[in-house]
Amino acid sequence: MEHERKRDTVTARVTGELDHYSAQTVRRELDALIAEPGVKRLVLDLRDMTFMDSSGIGVILGRYRTMRERGGSVAVKNMNPQVERVFTLSGMRQVIQTL
Amino acid sequence: MEIINQMQLEFLSLPENEGFARVAVSAFAVQLNPTLDVLADLKTAVSEAVTNAIVHGYENEIGRVMVGAALRDDGVLEVSVTDTGKGIADIPRAMQPFFTTQPEKERSGMGFSVMQTFMDRVAVESAPGQGTTVRMEKRLREK
Ligand SMILES: Nc1ncnc2c1ncn2[C@@H]1O[C@H](COP(=O)(O)OP(=O)(O)OP(=O)(O)O)[C@@H](O)[C@H]1O
Ligand SMILES: [Mg+2]
Repeated sequence: MEHERKRDTVTARVTGELDHYSAQTVRRELDALIAEPGVKRLVLDLRDMTFMDSSGIGVILGRYRTMRERGGSVAVKNMNPQVERVFTLSGMRQVIQTL
Repeated sequence: MEIINQMQLEFLSLPENEGFARVAVSAFAVQLNPTLDVLADLKTAVSEAVTNAIVHGYENEIGRVMVGAALRDDGVLEVSVTDTGKGIADIPRAMQPFFTTQPEKERSGMGFSVMQTFMDRVAVESAPGQGTTVRMEKRLREK
């Protein structure tokens, strides 16, 4: 997964379709990135995410819980309209910052 | 109202088929020239119902998932997703936002809410031990 580290923030580009089929892989890759020492903030850049359903909501919320437990945070940016509709409908706007 | 076109798919309950199913239904719907937003809604709702059949209906086994779609002469698409898996005992409870029987698998209980928001109508028929059919309708073009 393409990513960039700046101080305590890691920005990851999640690409393609995030559904139950791809969730396992995406989850594993994101967990490896946030396991790096000193990572306090995860930013998900979704500009190349073409589709997401509720399985994707589960993946994002799961990473949010992990980060929160260690006093960190998660933010998302560049959602396409379909992804944004699923995101908003699930009430994620209340818990996860959009940049 | 009359049915002017109809299709039926049957596939094994493998996660690989989630993308196939939603793309196939959306490709079938294209003949009525819906907007891209309408197609995206349809794809998302089909993905939810098919994923539920795979992860809940056939939790630890491989079964068959049936997806049907029918186009009506009034511009409405009817979609059905059927499994013959474990079924749902309490349907109204299952459809509540945030209700999930798989929190440990990072499920958030939003699937039915997505279907209800993105489609015009969602109806669930289910019986424990017999399986589940989700019937949905979406208007693809104005009358
Ligand atoms: N085809 C099915 N067979 C058996 N049980 C089902 C089926 N579809 C849904 N359910 C039950 O209904 C509950 C709610 O489904 P819903 O799609 O709303 O949430 P979820 O699948 O648990 O989580 P999410 O969709 O957010 O990943 C499920 O947890 C499951 O118990
Ligand atoms: Mg679901």
